[in-house]
Amino acid sequence: MDKMRRKVVGAAGASVMAASLPSQVFAQSAPIKIGMSMPQTGGLGGGGQAALVAIRLWVDDVNAKGGLLGRKVEFVAYDDQSNPANTPGIYAKLLDVDKVDLLIAPYATVPTAPIMPLVKQRGKLLMGNFSFQVNADVKHDMWFNNAPWNDARGWSRGFIESGIAAGGKSIAVVASDQDFAQNLADGVRAYITNLKLNKVYDQNYPPTTKDFSTIIRAVRASRAEIIFIASYPPDSAGIVNAIHEIGVGEQVRILGGGMVGLGFTPIMINLGSKLNGITNFNTYVPGMKMPGIDNFFRRYTERAKAQKVDELGFYLPPFNYAIGQMLEQAINATKSIDDRRLADYFRKNEMQTIVGPVRFDAGGERVNQRLITAQFRGVKDKDQEQFRSPDRQIVIFPPSDKTGDLIHPYERAQKS
Amino acid sequence: MAFSVDLLIEAVIFGLLLGCFYAAVSIGLSVAFGLLDVPHVAHPAMLILGSYGVYLLGQYGVDPIVAGLLLTPVFFFLGAGLYRMYYETFEKRGQSAAVNGLAFFFGLAFIIEVLLVVAFGVDQRSAEAGYIGGSLKLGEFRIPFRLVVAFGVALVLTAALTAYLSRTFTGRAIKAVGQDEAALRLMGADPVRIKQIAFGIATGVNALAGAMLIIVTPVEPTMDRIYIGRTFCVVVLAGLGSMSGTLVAAIILGVAESIVLMFLGASWAPAVAFGLLLAVLAFRPKGLFGR
Repeated sequence: MDKMRRKVVGAAGASVMAASLPSQVFAQSAPIKIGMSMPQTGGLGGGGQAALVAIRLWVDDVNAKGGLLGRKVEFVAYDDQSNPANTPGIYAKLLDVDKVDLLIAPYATVPTAPIMPLVKQRGKLLMGNFSFQVNADVKHDMWFNNAPWNDARGWSRGFIESGIAAGGKSIAVVASDQDFAQNLADGVRAYITNLKLNKVYDQNYPPTTKDFSTIIRAVRASRAEIIFIASYPPDSAGIVNAIHEIGVGEQVRILGGGMVGLGFTPIMINLGSKLNGITNFNTYVPGMKMPGIDNFFRRYTERAKAQKVDELGFYLPPFNYAIGQMLEQAINATKSIDDRRLADYFRKNEMQTIVGPVRFDAGGERVNQRLITAQFRGVKDKDQEQFRSPDRQIVIFPPSDKTGDLIHPYERAQKS
Repeated sequence: MAFSVDLLIEAVIFGLLLGCFYAAVSIGLSVAFGLLDVPHVAHPAMLILGSYGVYLLGQYGVDPIVAGLLLTPVFFFLGAGLYRMYYETFEKRGQSAAVNGLAFFFGLAFIIEVLLVVAFGVDQRSAEAGYIGGSLKLGEFRIPFRLVVAFGVALVLTAALTAYLSRTFTGRAIKAVGQDEAALRLMGADPVRIKQIAFGIATGVNALAGAMLIIVTPVEPTMDRIYIGRTFCVVVLAGLGSMSGTLVAAIILGVAESIVLMFLGASWAPAVAFGLLLAVLAFRPKGLFGR
């Protein structure tokens, strides 16, 4: 009987010790440090702050499960002020002073482009964060972008094809004079050369432009039937306002395409009914089926509300949480935080995330693209919650996610 | 873009409206830098502060222009206080006042930026009023009401400041203090007090100019950086201290930018301001209306 009691007590003791093991290991092992710069102020700040909420949510989740390889995950983030001049210095500090183990790129192409040479030279894995074609020339073999797009053709295909199907024969291209928009616009220019579209207007504008009246007047004068716009958040709002005031003409079939920011809650609320009829790219719209996405948004919204950032968080947050999930899967599978081993894993395996399965090509971009082209409809002024409805953004491309047809011409769609 | 008379007329009209907007946001600097020689690089930050003040009052249903007018006295006293601090810290001590002052105002600009980020976040904020978002339709032409409002306010502001500076004792003293401080003292006026009033006016005007800014375009805390170059360019192009010159220089700049933007492309537009500035300084170093 005593023997039996000793066995039971011994087993119970072992269980207690086993249960407390992760926290003891936490206390004794150095944490795994993950670092990044993120635009928390400036034009990209709204998106950056929302993305940080999601990454920190993943850090808390993974630490609650016992960390990675029994080590706590520590997260370091600095504000790059949306200024690309700041990012090389921040990443040098992350590597040399903070001694981080793993790097995540800042949100967006413009702040990411200047760090690519540094990261390649140091032989570091870099998890991309909604950059566009930033690795096309650098060809870093340890770059993996979380964005659901690949090249410009894939990005603009849904928009251009829908415009042509609606009867569009001429196109105007308006693009911001910076890396992202130029990469996208160049791709679109190349893509449309084979499509017998008459390019009637093609202009870049400086990123410091604040009033778009004259540009929109020039676009209107071109009588283009398809208007492709590649813009950054502050510009996108200004362009939509100018379109609303100046008009673009009754001949326009489709308008939008690459307007970053129209997925940010404050901008959507601000523009309200002016969004109606615009057809733009999207990474997520309500109604899309993704594993665990609803649970993520429920928890994200609670935190975002408390931190006074983008409460809907459709654009960046789920994909930033997915960065964490991909790192988690690769580290657990390889039992390592070695950059090269993790990169090999990313290249060869499908990653399971809340934004669906992710596979990478040789350049570190998505093989299985899932970029949505959707048209705003029935949007009312000053109503945040309306955007949670699948009826406000109707998916017209790709066919696998399609929820409706394009309403055209644009003037008619504006009244939809 | 192919040339047409219609487009040219439209570009000139837009340029005129845009120029008046530039004048509205630059005229305070024309007083602070043009008349007082204070390197007020925080001027655009004060402008953004004014815009946020207007935004805040807008949350209580106050019209942006009314809000700008209500904030003007508040900004006047803020400016007067700031100048006193600048005077006591740098100007009074004499040497390197300009360089130290530059650092002081850069610091002030950063502090304002950070305070705005903390208070309002990084998202864009805009004002609401019946005249924002609509446009005046004249046949094929459509002119945004927001630019028409900025045009009107800039004209009134310039006329009021010109009249004040030329027809009142304090106004004439403000002009004099920039030219000969010692002579002004001999006339029995206190140059420091006069400068304090002038800086107060320069800052007070920013409240109304800030209202124009948020009427014309949504604002965010770091937007002041975009306006540093352009506002200084307008003031120097005009000739330091000339109010009506500021309006004319801003209109020249606006029209030139608009025509270039319409026919050559938007990428060339930023080069217009500094190209014009270089050309004017080469042939007339005192600026278009400088004496």
